[in-house]
Amino acid sequence: MIKPRAETVTRWLVSGPPFAFLFVFFALPSLIMVVASFRYPGEFGGLAPFVAARPGEEAGLTPENYQVFFGEWIYFQILAKSFGVALLTTLVCLVMAYPLALLIARSPKRHRDFMILLVVLPFASNFLVRVYAWMIVLGDQSIFLRPVNYVLAQFGLQPLSLLFTGFAVIVGMVYVHLPFMILPLYTNLEKHDPALLDAAQDLGANTWSRFWRVTFPLSLPGIFSGAALVFIPVLGMFAIPEILGGKDDWMVGNMIKEAFLGTRDWPFGSMLSIMLTLAVLGVAALAAWLAKKGTARA
Amino acid sequence: MALLEIRNVTRRFGALTAVDEVNIAIEAGEFFTLLGPSGCGKTTLLRMIAGFDLPDAGAILLDGRDMAGTPPEKRPIHTVFQSYALFPHMTVSQNIAFPLRMAGKTTDEIRAKVKEALQLVHLEEKGAQYPHELSGGQKQRVALARSLVNRPRVLLLDEPLGALDAKLREEMQIELIALQRDVGITFVFVTHAQSEALALSHRIAVMNAGRVEQLDEPSKIYGLPVNRFVADFIGKCNILNADVIDASPSGLKLEVKGLGGVAAPAREGARRGERGVLALRPEQVRIGAPDSHHDLKNHFTGRVHDLLYIGDITTYIVELPNGTRIEALLPNSAPGRATFFEIGDAVRIAWRHDAGNFLRDE
Repeated sequence: MIKPRAETVTRWLVSGPPFAFLFVFFALPSLIMVVASFRYPGEFGGLAPFVAARPGEEAGLTPENYQVFFGEWIYFQILAKSFGVALLTTLVCLVMAYPLALLIARSPKRHRDFMILLVVLPFASNFLVRVYAWMIVLGDQSIFLRPVNYVLAQFGLQPLSLLFTGFAVIVGMVYVHLPFMILPLYTNLEKHDPALLDAAQDLGANTWSRFWRVTFPLSLPGIFSGAALVFIPVLGMFAIPEILGGKDDWMVGNMIKEAFLGTRDWPFGSMLSIMLTLAVLGVAALAAWLAKKGTARA
Repeated sequence: MALLEIRNVTRRFGALTAVDEVNIAIEAGEFFTLLGPSGCGKTTLLRMIAGFDLPDAGAILLDGRDMAGTPPEKRPIHTVFQSYALFPHMTVSQNIAFPLRMAGKTTDEIRAKVKEALQLVHLEEKGAQYPHELSGGQKQRVALARSLVNRPRVLLLDEPLGALDAKLREEMQIELIALQRDVGITFVFVTHAQSEALALSHRIAVMNAGRVEQLDEPSKIYGLPVNRFVADFIGKCNILNADVIDASPSGLKLEVKGLGGVAAPAREGARRGERGVLALRPEQVRIGAPDSHHDLKNHFTGRVHDLLYIGDITTYIVELPNGTRIEALLPNSAPGRATFFEIGDAVRIAWRHDAGNFLRDE
C-alpha cells in the first residue's frame, strides 16, 4: 500500500526536528571528535593546523594517540578499573534496589506513587551539592565516623579514614545511581500477574522457590535495563571520583577531563572519548541482546 | 467419611459476610459444583479450600484432618485459575513439570509424567512451545495438565471456562467430564453459569449471599428448587404469586392472583392459607389454539404478546386478560406442528396438574 502524502509529511514534521537536532549536536560533533583524535595538539591547546605553516611543524593526521593508548598498560588499566567500578556499582545498586522495588510493587496501589516520589526526590537538589554532602558524611569529623574512631583508639588501633578512598567513590556512585535501578525494576515488577505467584504456591512452591523460579526470571528485562542505566553513566563519570576519591581512584572520565582542561591535549582527549564510547556501545549492545533474549519469552 | 468437609465455615470482610456458616461434605471422586451469582461467596470458599484464605469460624477438613495450619503449598489440593496463570517464561513442558520439581521428583520421573500429562490433554506436540503461542483452549488444557500431573486429592476449578467462546466451552465441558472420569480425582468446580453446572456436576451447591440455598443433584436442583432464588437462578421460570386454598397428599389447590384456581403437585408441609409462588418452567407450559388442551387441568386463554424464534424452539410470551405474562416453549419439531402463532393471536396455554412447584414465602 502506498502511504498517503499527508501522512508522510506529518511523519517528517514530527520526527524531523529531533533528527535535525541530533545530527547537528550529536552526529557532527562525534565526527569532529573522530577526526580530532587523529590530529596533533596545538601549541597552546586546541588543534594544530592541517597544513604545516613552517617546515618541520607537526600537521595533518596521525595515529600517534592510538599508538600511545595501545602502547601503555596504564590506559588500559584505568579503563579496566572504570569497568570494575561500574560493574561493582551496578551490582550494589541491584542488590539494594531489588528488595525496595519489590516492596513498592507489592504495596497497596495508593501508596506506590508516594513511594516512587520519595525515590526520585533526591533529583530535586543539585547533583554536586548531594555529592559534596557525602564529604561531610564520610569525612574524618563526621558524627558517624568519630564514635567509631574513638572506640578504635581505645584499642590502640589506627583511626578509620573513609574520604578520598575507593570506598567513598563506590558509595557516591551507588547513592547517585540507585534511582535509575529502582525505577525500571519497579516498572517491571509492578506488571507481574499476582495470579502467577498464587499458582506457584498452589503447586507446591515455597517463598524461596516462588522468588527464584517465577519473580526473578520474569524481572530479567527490568534488571537489564536498570543495569544499563547505571553501568553506562558510571563508566564515564568524573565528578564523583574527583570529589570523593583519591589520586588512585581516577577513572577514564577523569583522564578525559584532564586531557581537555588540564594538559589541553585535545587530540588525546578525543581519542580517550572515542575508546570510552566504543566500550559503552559494546556494553549497550550486549545488554540489548540479553534483554531481547529475556523478553522474547515473557 | 467425606473426602473434603466444609464445616460451619464463615468468612467476614468488614461488615460483609462473604461466606455464612456453610456446611458441605464432598465425597471422593465426585464432580462437585459451587454455583451462584458473582459475589455469592463461591470464590471466597474456593480460596479457603486452597488455603489462600482462612475461615473466621468453622473448619475445612481433608480426610478428616483440619487444614487450618497447612499453607497452600503443603495442601494436596491444586487450583486451575480463571486466568490459567501459566508461567510465561516456561515452555508447556516446564509448566507441567513445575509441581513435580517442587515435589523433588527425579528428572526421569518428571519426563515420564510430563509426557503422560501431555497425552492426557492431547497436547503431545506442544511441549516445547511457550504459553503465548497457544490458543485459549490449549492454555486451558495446559493449566489442567499442570494441576493434575502430581495427582492432587482435590482439584479446584475457578470458572475455568469463562474466558472461552461458546463453542469451545461446550467442547471443553465434554472433555472435562471425560477427564474427571479418567483420572478419578475429586473436582470442585466454581461457576456462575447454571447450564455449565447442570451439564458437568454430580452434585451442585447453589449459593447466594454467602449461604448454600440448595445442595442436590442437577435434576433435583432444576426440577425441585427449594425456594424462589433457586427456581429463578437455575433456568428460566414463570413465577406466579399464589395462596394455598387446599392441601392434600394428592395435590395442592392454589389461588393464583389473576388466574383463579390452579392445581399443583403436593408439597410437604404446605398448609392451607399459606402464601408463596408457583414456579413453572416454560417447557412445562403447552401452547395451542384456543380450543386445544381440554385434557389438561390447568388451562387459560390469552394473546401472544411476543415471540422469539431460536431455531430448535420458539419462546412465546403469552399475556392473559388480567395482564399476567407467562412464558411457554414450543419445540419447532413438535408433532403436528403446522402453524406459528403470531403476535396478537388468541391462544390457550395449559399445564399438567403435577407440573410446577409451590414455593412458600420465607
